[in-house]
Amino acid sequence: MAVNIPDKKTPMKEQLPQERIRNFNEVALGYSEEEAVEEAKRCLQCKVPLCVRGCPVNIDIPGFIRQVRERNFEKAAEVIKSYNNLPAICGRVCPQENQCEAQCVVGKMKNHEPVAIGRLERFVADWEAEHIGLKLPEIPPRRSEKVAVIGAGPGGITCAADLAKLGYKVVMFEAFHKPGGVLIYGIPEFRLPKAIVEREMAYIRALGVEVRTNVIVGKTVSVREILDEFDAVYIGIGAGAPKFMGIPGTNLIGVFSASEILTRVNLMRAYAFPNYDTPVKKGDNVIVVGAGNVAMDAARTALRLGAKSVTVVYRRSEQEMPARLEEYHHALEEGIKFHWLTQPVRYLGDENGRLTAVECIKMQLGEPDESGRRRPIPVEGSNFIIEADMVIEAIGQGPQKILLQDFPELKLNKWGYIEVDPETYATSVPGVYAGGDIVTGAATVIEAMGAGKVAARSIHQYLSSKVASEKS
Amino acid sequence: MFRILRKRRLAEGTHDFWVEAPEVAQHARPGQFLVVRIHEQGERIPLTIADAQDGKVRIVVKAVGKTTYELCSLKEGDELADVVGPLGHPSEIDRFGHVLLVGGGVGIAAIYPIARELKRAGNRVTVILGGRTADQVIMRDEFDFADRVLITTDDGSLGMKGVVTDAMKVVLDSDEVDIAWAIGPTIMMKFCALLARERDLKIWTSLNPIMVDGTGMCGACRVSVNGKIRFACVDGPEFDGRFVDWDELLKRLTIYREEEKKALERYLEKVGEPTWL
Repeated sequence: MAVNIPDKKTPMKEQLPQERIRNFNEVALGYSEEEAVEEAKRCLQCKVPLCVRGCPVNIDIPGFIRQVRERNFEKAAEVIKSYNNLPAICGRVCPQENQCEAQCVVGKMKNHEPVAIGRLERFVADWEAEHIGLKLPEIPPRRSEKVAVIGAGPGGITCAADLAKLGYKVVMFEAFHKPGGVLIYGIPEFRLPKAIVEREMAYIRALGVEVRTNVIVGKTVSVREILDEFDAVYIGIGAGAPKFMGIPGTNLIGVFSASEILTRVNLMRAYAFPNYDTPVKKGDNVIVVGAGNVAMDAARTALRLGAKSVTVVYRRSEQEMPARLEEYHHALEEGIKFHWLTQPVRYLGDENGRLTAVECIKMQLGEPDESGRRRPIPVEGSNFIIEADMVIEAIGQGPQKILLQDFPELKLNKWGYIEVDPETYATSVPGVYAGGDIVTGAATVIEAMGAGKVAARSIHQYLSSKVASEKS
Repeated sequence: MFRILRKRRLAEGTHDFWVEAPEVAQHARPGQFLVVRIHEQGERIPLTIADAQDGKVRIVVKAVGKTTYELCSLKEGDELADVVGPLGHPSEIDRFGHVLLVGGGVGIAAIYPIARELKRAGNRVTVILGGRTADQVIMRDEFDFADRVLITTDDGSLGMKGVVTDAMKVVLDSDEVDIAWAIGPTIMMKFCALLARERDLKIWTSLNPIMVDGTGMCGACRVSVNGKIRFACVDGPEFDGRFVDWDELLKRLTIYREEEKKALERYLEKVGEPTWL
């Protein structure tokens, strides 16, 4: 085994916590060329690269890192782009610690951190954008079949791009006024600058994908019209319906879903009110309920809007927290407080219907439940009050029903998500494929992209065999 | 982009638009709404669809805040950045018998397509139109299809002096009504609903809470109906008013009052006297 590999990842510059908590600029600042090359040298170039297996889109990771090491940054970008249409985004928001980096052999060496694959991916994508600009792969002659992609989130974008690269005419339908899905309305500017999403969208459009915004399939056009007009369909509408615990006081002024706060701030740029017309409430004492990535985003957003104190309450303990470690650490650095084993049971308000406090109960962990995590159980009589003028519930999202209500033939599972063949992502309706959160429930950007990629392959096979059978 | 094809002033501060939006127009049904964003810095606001035909949708806008003031300043030929819809469930149209529709202020535009559709479905249609003054009773010449039209004004300058619930009592005391609609300011809908509850009459009300996306993704528009949390955008916008928690809705409408005031003041400082209103 190679020796003298630096045990730590080459550090990436970040905005200092005391500065960044008052702005919405990106926290992580990226590698310089020298830092990237230095980090690339930590890669062992394994013959059987385990990291690739950990990647939902199977990027040739040692391949692109080798190019970085040799300072062939343009070539490195080509390698990544042949697998992943959105590298600048994945480099920033993928949970690499559970995926490629979790498998990295360097990371398995005693006291060693894995190679910073995510940071390198981000570096390569940003380098390409800065030095090369828009570069398109060769696209085969245009095919006659048309594919509809419903939902312009990460999965839909991936599926659309891969199909466009195969020569299909692809039309992507987006309900919002801007494409990008959760990348635009959900993930904050300080983690994923919207300019980067727009840059990646320009690439998708340049591939020939037509993006129709302001179209809600099931309302603006019917599912029937889509099925009649297109030869195949990919549904990637995400899981966008926010859940509320539904405890007493939920409709008090000051209680919000994380989706609302994040949509106002990210999609509508409410942090720049009144230069932008959409307002957002600034709480002084903010409680965030839940400890996933959305909760971290909401907590850090509330802080940047000017909160004096932000506290995350979570009914399980630090160990069960679903948020990425990096986001948790950033939140801690920024001064966000955490109350573990704590569950709100009631919101208290004044005579004007405004929130004044949250009544919580302490929890303890019991036997593991169906998720494999230990079930939280209320500790009787342990109720206590936390003063708060704003609560943000970030306890998950469910399937959004508008399209599904207009598509009764589509088979759903018992949780209301679309049932698909796990190999092909085919739904119960021939020619209709689905992937991402609307199949799995809320998950990650890269998992949605992985599904979009596989579905694109399946759609290509489906359309190819259909054409072949029509000819014979 | 969505071009304004026609625009006229119905009353001071209330303007009538026809906007080019072919897909929306083709699918729109009475009771549904749009979300409109004027420009890149704009907010998304919900507006009821007053009519739809030949690739155009009609909206009637009352200037109450920065965005609606600005919208009313636009001219024929100008374009709106975004129009999305038709959103929400359409109104329940059936042959009920005798239907009563109550419209207050700009809510008159919202009951117009519903009343017309109910008439087409074979109902006897009674309409009550209310406004503060005679000129605020908009579109009254467009209800000629109705079997009976009653008008109320606060100052008595036209029709009955009083509020729409006074006229409702007149109708309910003298006639059988099978189902009713009331659309207008929230406070008006509340009192119509209270009266309907007393008389055991089903009354659809079109709720106008604060919304962002209008597609069920933010929960800003949540209302309590029959003790349950519902999203007005996807579960409504119409709910049986007898079961709506009106006081909660009225409070929730004040969430952004300070910000709304600030935005309007800032806008008026920039543009000066809003003579176009």
